[in-house]
Parts: sequence; structure tokens; C-alpha cells
Amino acid sequence: MSDRKLKVIINGIETLCDRDDTILKVAKKIGVKIPHLCNDKRLEPYGGCRLCIVKVKGVPRPLSACTTPVAENMEVTTDTDEIIRIRKTLVELLLSNHPNDCMRCERTGDCKLQNLSYEYGVDGSRFEGERWNLPIREDNPFITYEPNKCILCGRCVRICNEVVMAGTIDLVGRGFNSMPDTAFRKPRTLDNCEFCGQCVSTCPTGALTDRKARGKGRIYDLKKVKTTCSYCGTGCNFFLNVRNGRVVKVTSDTSAPVNQGNLCVKGRYGYDFIDHPDRIKTPLIKKNGKFVEATWDEALGLIADKFSSLMKKHGNESVGAFSSSRCTNEENFLLSKFVRTVFRSNNVDNCARV
Amino acid sequence: MPDIETLFLFGSNPTEAHPIVSLWLKKALRKGAKLIVGDPRKTWMAERADVWLNLKPGSNIAMMNGLVNVILENGWENKEFIAKRTEGFDALKAKVKEYDLGRVEKLTGVSKESIIEAARLYSHAGKAMIVYGLGVTEHQTGTENAMAIANLALVCGHLGRPSTGIMALRGQNNVQGASDLGPLPATLPGYQSVKDPKAREKFEKAWGVPISDKIGLKSVEMLDECKAGKFKGLFILGEDPAQTDPDLNHVNKALESVEFLVVQDIFHTETTKHADVILPGASFAEKDGTFTNGERRVQRVRKAIEPLAGKAEWQVISELATRMGYNQRYNHPSEIMDEIASLVTQYGGISYERLEKQSLQWPCPTKDHPGTTTMYTDLFARANGLALFMTLDHKGSGEVPDKEYPYLLITGRVREHYNNGSMTRRVPGIMELVPEELVEISPEDAKKLDIKSGDMVKVSSKRGTVKAKAKVTNRSQKGNVFMTFHFDKALTNIVTSEHRDPITGTPEYKSCAVNISK
Repeated sequence: MSDRKLKVIINGIETLCDRDDTILKVAKKIGVKIPHLCNDKRLEPYGGCRLCIVKVKGVPRPLSACTTPVAENMEVTTDTDEIIRIRKTLVELLLSNHPNDCMRCERTGDCKLQNLSYEYGVDGSRFEGERWNLPIREDNPFITYEPNKCILCGRCVRICNEVVMAGTIDLVGRGFNSMPDTAFRKPRTLDNCEFCGQCVSTCPTGALTDRKARGKGRIYDLKKVKTTCSYCGTGCNFFLNVRNGRVVKVTSDTSAPVNQGNLCVKGRYGYDFIDHPDRIKTPLIKKNGKFVEATWDEALGLIADKFSSLMKKHGNESVGAFSSSRCTNEENFLLSKFVRTVFRSNNVDNCARV
Repeated sequence: MPDIETLFLFGSNPTEAHPIVSLWLKKALRKGAKLIVGDPRKTWMAERADVWLNLKPGSNIAMMNGLVNVILENGWENKEFIAKRTEGFDALKAKVKEYDLGRVEKLTGVSKESIIEAARLYSHAGKAMIVYGLGVTEHQTGTENAMAIANLALVCGHLGRPSTGIMALRGQNNVQGASDLGPLPATLPGYQSVKDPKAREKFEKAWGVPISDKIGLKSVEMLDECKAGKFKGLFILGEDPAQTDPDLNHVNKALESVEFLVVQDIFHTETTKHADVILPGASFAEKDGTFTNGERRVQRVRKAIEPLAGKAEWQVISELATRMGYNQRYNHPSEIMDEIASLVTQYGGISYERLEKQSLQWPCPTKDHPGTTTMYTDLFARANGLALFMTLDHKGSGEVPDKEYPYLLITGRVREHYNNGSMTRRVPGIMELVPEELVEISPEDAKKLDIKSGDMVKVSSKRGTVKAKAKVTNRSQKGNVFMTFHFDKALTNIVTSEHRDPITGTPEYKSCAVNISK
């Protein structure tokens, strides 16, 4: 592949781009917004929802921006009257088989379909069609499936097969009855699913949601704190979603350098330990074989006295510390400093070797 | 990473232990990369491999020597790379000659054809990467295993270019950072030796106290000293040796013997039972800080909620230091990072201000340095910049199956749980999926012992016995059984062996002799 850049003009803005870029990618880079529902940067281009259609000069029919590669001197217009008219119809068709129950939907405020409906000023009243009326599926601990809200963008199916290669779900059924589901529509168990929740993270509507967070607040109720996962050494980033001092959900950070929004079952769903009732909340001092609650002052005072007297009696080399690969860099540095400056020895190690 | 042409996965089961790393590897596979898997277990990756080297645990060095020998015999090596960037090649050549295919087949149990095919796939690729895990390091020859892998990569010159090299997958979130920043008995933060007077002088100046030049004790040695009654006081931060160390009976005796034990943790663990004082820890959601991942990437941890017990560890350590006469105050962890940057060259350019915009991979020595993605592009970390081939011999495991203990136990992880399980066992959904320990046993052995999936079995070694339910699966090969160490109700490490890598002290978790009975 040649490294030579191509010149492309989008909405009158001239820009240089790589040969294998798509119109959608280039538009995004220069800040031109093109709507889409079936695209996720973690996935191969699909061209299913047709909402990203644009007008390319010299081509009689609209082209989907997500699947059309750029060409030298290509001139693209993203929002002609015709294109907008088609997009409106597309959204209306999607809404014709949608519950349109945004007022009680988990994804309100964070739903791509709702946002497009708002942006294009359309609702579900133009086409009265047949509707699905299927029960909500909560057959596993983590992933809730409301098939009625599915718009068949295929993102969940593609991320499960393309990225995770788990093959948990695929489009099953034909025509109007086709929908993403497991083989034989069996409940999700470890036999067919990894529970990584990548499908939930890519779903543009309320069809797939995190079961544990349902009813705990919608996007505008939650404070999102970007952080790094504390399980394995991969270093995935995600958002802790906090409401009233409690972590109620973990959501993907698609800009994360390591994981691009993908997570495993522990990272995405393993947060309940944070405010588990078993957490130790006060210092405890063992008295006559039993742990008794103490204040920080009492506990730290006792530790300081005890270590000081042990060092006095048995020498500095008689005490030491284990640090933790689970703690932060700053804490590891401090414990290392503590042993060197207070114990005045090098009797400090961490669990990396074990 | 997706540009890899051949991926050699050795002693690593990333779909379980590093699921997100496995996604990168899967991407490479989808783009057509060839896959070699070296693993005694038939893992997800092994099932899809072009070549599965189903070697016996403890035969890593023989395997690697055998591969190098095949490559040299066929002239598949990268002669230019060997000449320009390495030394000690002739000695290596002589050593691996002793590992002809017949001998290697016998030592590893892997067929000659598979060994040749693996050697061909790895050496013929333009870009080949080796990814290894704890199946390499958790052996008494762990360090040598890693060196043997390096020999293979050097012989083919698959180093120092993008999508090549050797990647070690590490177990815990901040193994890298914890090693970088000094809680090690022989080095000050930044791997600066306590024996180096210049390094000591730098820290003495910064910290205002004399720094001891005596190498301290490793954790395992401290425990040995505790048991011997010579060690009197121990502070354990966020660690659970009484569940996760091998040979637990020994660990428990050590922790019982020490006069004064302080443990700081977020939950009660097997280790806190022995404590004289327990201090509450703060979870990662309750504090600001940084973690450094396996690719040396320093990333922010951000406080989402207040510490449940009112204080985070950095505050507790500072307060304790002050109480013991070393005055220490920080207003925020960012000030600690600034101090790290002033003392540790690799972190010299790292600050919270920069990390707010993006993560940084060390070495990042100055404020305007962009960080380093690929290491060793032109020189290796030796005085002359050349990589040195190591001549290594097969030694095997510290303990091999015998008449009394005829099976070989491999320990490891499952995707749903994490280490001692103190966190994941408190996630109800995860407990619904994986509620208990399962002993994975091969269909052949199960038939011989009349064991069915779900039967309670006893797994015993010279050191003790654990009970757990059996799971009959062809993931285990005949003669091998597998267990995790996630459950407090089945403390697998009662059984695991006391053998360790003499260089690193890493225990031989991946191989011990056991007996199985109903």
C-alpha cells in the first residue's frame, strides 16, 4: 500500500487522508458529524443501518460513508435535502417497530435512536406497522435483553463474533422475526457466553443493558469517573458510574489505549466488592484472641510503639514489610520509603515474585 | 500487535487470565497470523493453534533448546542479527546440539513433526512475537525458562521491531509498578542497587537519612526468619500469603510465630486471621494514584468515592512514618509522583498533569519525552549493547510424579475469578456462574479412577490434602490435573510445592506431584 495521501473534500473542507480510510473515518477526523447506528470503531464496517449515507459528486445514488473508501479528489456532501429526507424515513421506519417507551427506558439520554429521533424531529407515528411484543429476558446474572428495542444493527452479534470470537449470539430467525439470540435461544450460561458484556457496550439502544445497574440511575444521574481496572496487569480503562457515593455501574471508555472499550467479566461486572458489607471499615486490634474495633489513632499509635520497641530490643533487621502489586505506584513507593527511612533497612519486598 | 505473522503463545492462557490481551491476539489470528501454542493444557488457543506443543510441565528448556536446534540445523536462523547484535552464539550452538529431536521428544512428550513445524513457522515469519505467561516463570527454572525463550527470539532476530519481541503477561494489576518503585530488598526505586553508593547518596540527600547498603530479605526469607523466631515484626500491605503462597502450612507457622503482625487489607483474609492489628484498606475506587501495566504504561487511578474507612493507604503510611519520627506529609498522591519523578529516571517525565491527557510508557525521562513504546530497537540493556546467548540445560521440576503421587498438578486461574477471590467471591453474579473450585481431570484418568464430573475428590501431596469437585474435561491431558487458587474453601496451596526458582524466589506453582482419590 502506498503511503501517498489522498485529497478529499467533505462539505467544502479539503483534507488529506490515507488510502484505506473510509468517508466516515475522514469526516470524523475533521469534525464533520455523520449519523450512524451500526458503526463501532472496534468493528469492521457493515453498512447495515444506511443512516450514514452521503452524496458523492458524480455518483447518482447516495453511498454509505462507513463502507465507502475515499478516492482522489472525492467531493462529499453529508447533508443534502434528499439525504436528510431519506434519513428521516429510515429513523421513522425504525421507530415503527420500537416500543417508544423512552420515559421508562434504561438508556434514555444515552440512546442513539432517541437522539436521532430528536435530531431529525420525527416520531413513530408516520408508519403504523406490526410490532414485536416479546418478554424481557433476564436469564443470567449480568445481561438483560429487551428484544423489542432491538433495531437489528448487528453490532452485538458482530462484536461477539469478530472481536471476542465467543460465538454466543447470532441473528436467528428470518425476515420480520429475525433477531440476535443465542443458539436455540437458550439462556446465557458459561457454556455459551463469556459475560464480557461487549454486546452491551456496543448496543445503541436499550435492547441490551447491564442487569445489575437497571433502575439505579440513567446517564444524567450518574457521575462518570475514568479509571484503570484493578484486576489483572493488562491495564484496561473504564468509567466507574457513581450515584450517591456508590459505584452502580462500569461503562466502557472507547478511547482507552489498551482496551478500546472492551472489558472482561471481572472488569465490567466485578465491582460489587467495593461496598460489600464484609469490607473492613475500622482498624481492629486483637485482644485476647479477638479482634476489637479501634480508632485510627489507637491503632497507629500501637503499631508505632510496637515496631519501635521491637527495633530497640532486637535491632532494625528484625522487622520488615511486604508491599502489594495490588496497590498504586505511589503507595508502593511510600512503603519502600517507609522501610528505608523508618526501619532503616532493606527488608521490603512485594508479591510480584509469588 | 495485529500485524504479527506468527504468534507463539507459551505457558499462557490469555483467554482466561488476560481476556483483553487475548482480544488483540484474536485480531492477529483473524488477519491470518499463524499460531503456535506451548501448553500442557488444551486451552481455547491450543484448540485453534496451527501447532500445539503439548509439552510436559517442567520441560520448557528442553522444548526451547530443541526448537533452536531445529532452526540452526536447517539454517533458518537470522545470521545478520546474530552477527551484529548478539554474542555467545557458538556456545549456544554447541549446547543445543545436545537436544536432538529424539531426545526432545522424549523429554517434552511432543512429537518430532510438531517441533519441526513450530520451528519453521516461527523462524520463517517476517514478524513473529512470543507471548509468555506464568507457565514459564512459575517453575524452579523460571528465570532460565525465560532466558531459553530469549535465545529463540534472538536466533531468529524477532526483537526490537514493531509486532516482534517477547511479551510477558503479568498476573496482577500493578506488578510492574510495584517492582519499579522500590519495594524490593536489593534495589531502591527505579531498580537502583542498594550496593551502588551513588544511588544511595541520591536517596540519602532526598530523604535525609542514611540508606542501608545491606541487601534485605525477600518475602519468602522473611517468612523463614519468622518461623525461625529471628524476625519479630511484619507489616503486610494488601497481600494474602496465607492463601496465595505455596506450601501454606509453612506460611501459617511463620505468621503464627512472628511477634507482631500488621495487615492492611480491604477484606478479612486467611492472612488477617494471624494479625495483631488489622488496618482497613481503600479499594481502587476510593483513591487517586497510578498503576503501571505490563507494557510499562503508567495510567491514572481516580477516586470515585470517599475511602470507606476514612483513609487511603498513602495517608496511613505517611501518618505511621510521622508517628515513628520520620516527618512525612503529602496533600495528594500527585506530590508523591513528583517525588518519584525526581528520583526515578524512567519516571522522570511523568506527572499527573501529563497523565490527565494521556497515559505514558516508561522510559519517559523528561517532561517533553513522549514515552517509549518499543524497547531495544538498536541496543540491548548490557554495557556493550549486545544480547548474550545463555546456554541452558533441562533440569525438570523440583517434584515429579512417583508411585505414591502419580499425577501432576498444575495451578492457574479462571476468567471469572481473581487470585485469592476476596473480591470476585463477593460478586453475587460471578458466584452464580463459578461457585466453587473444580479439579480438571482428563477423561482417561477419570475412567481409571471411576470419577465423574461433580464427584468430590481428594487431591493430596506430601504437604497436605484439599477436597473439591471433579470436572472431567479434555482440557487436561492424561496424567495432569488442574486447579485454581481462588477459593478459601479449597485452599489449593496447601498442596503446592516448596520448590522455588533460586534466582527470583518464585514458587513452582505450575508443577507438583499429587494423588487423586474419591
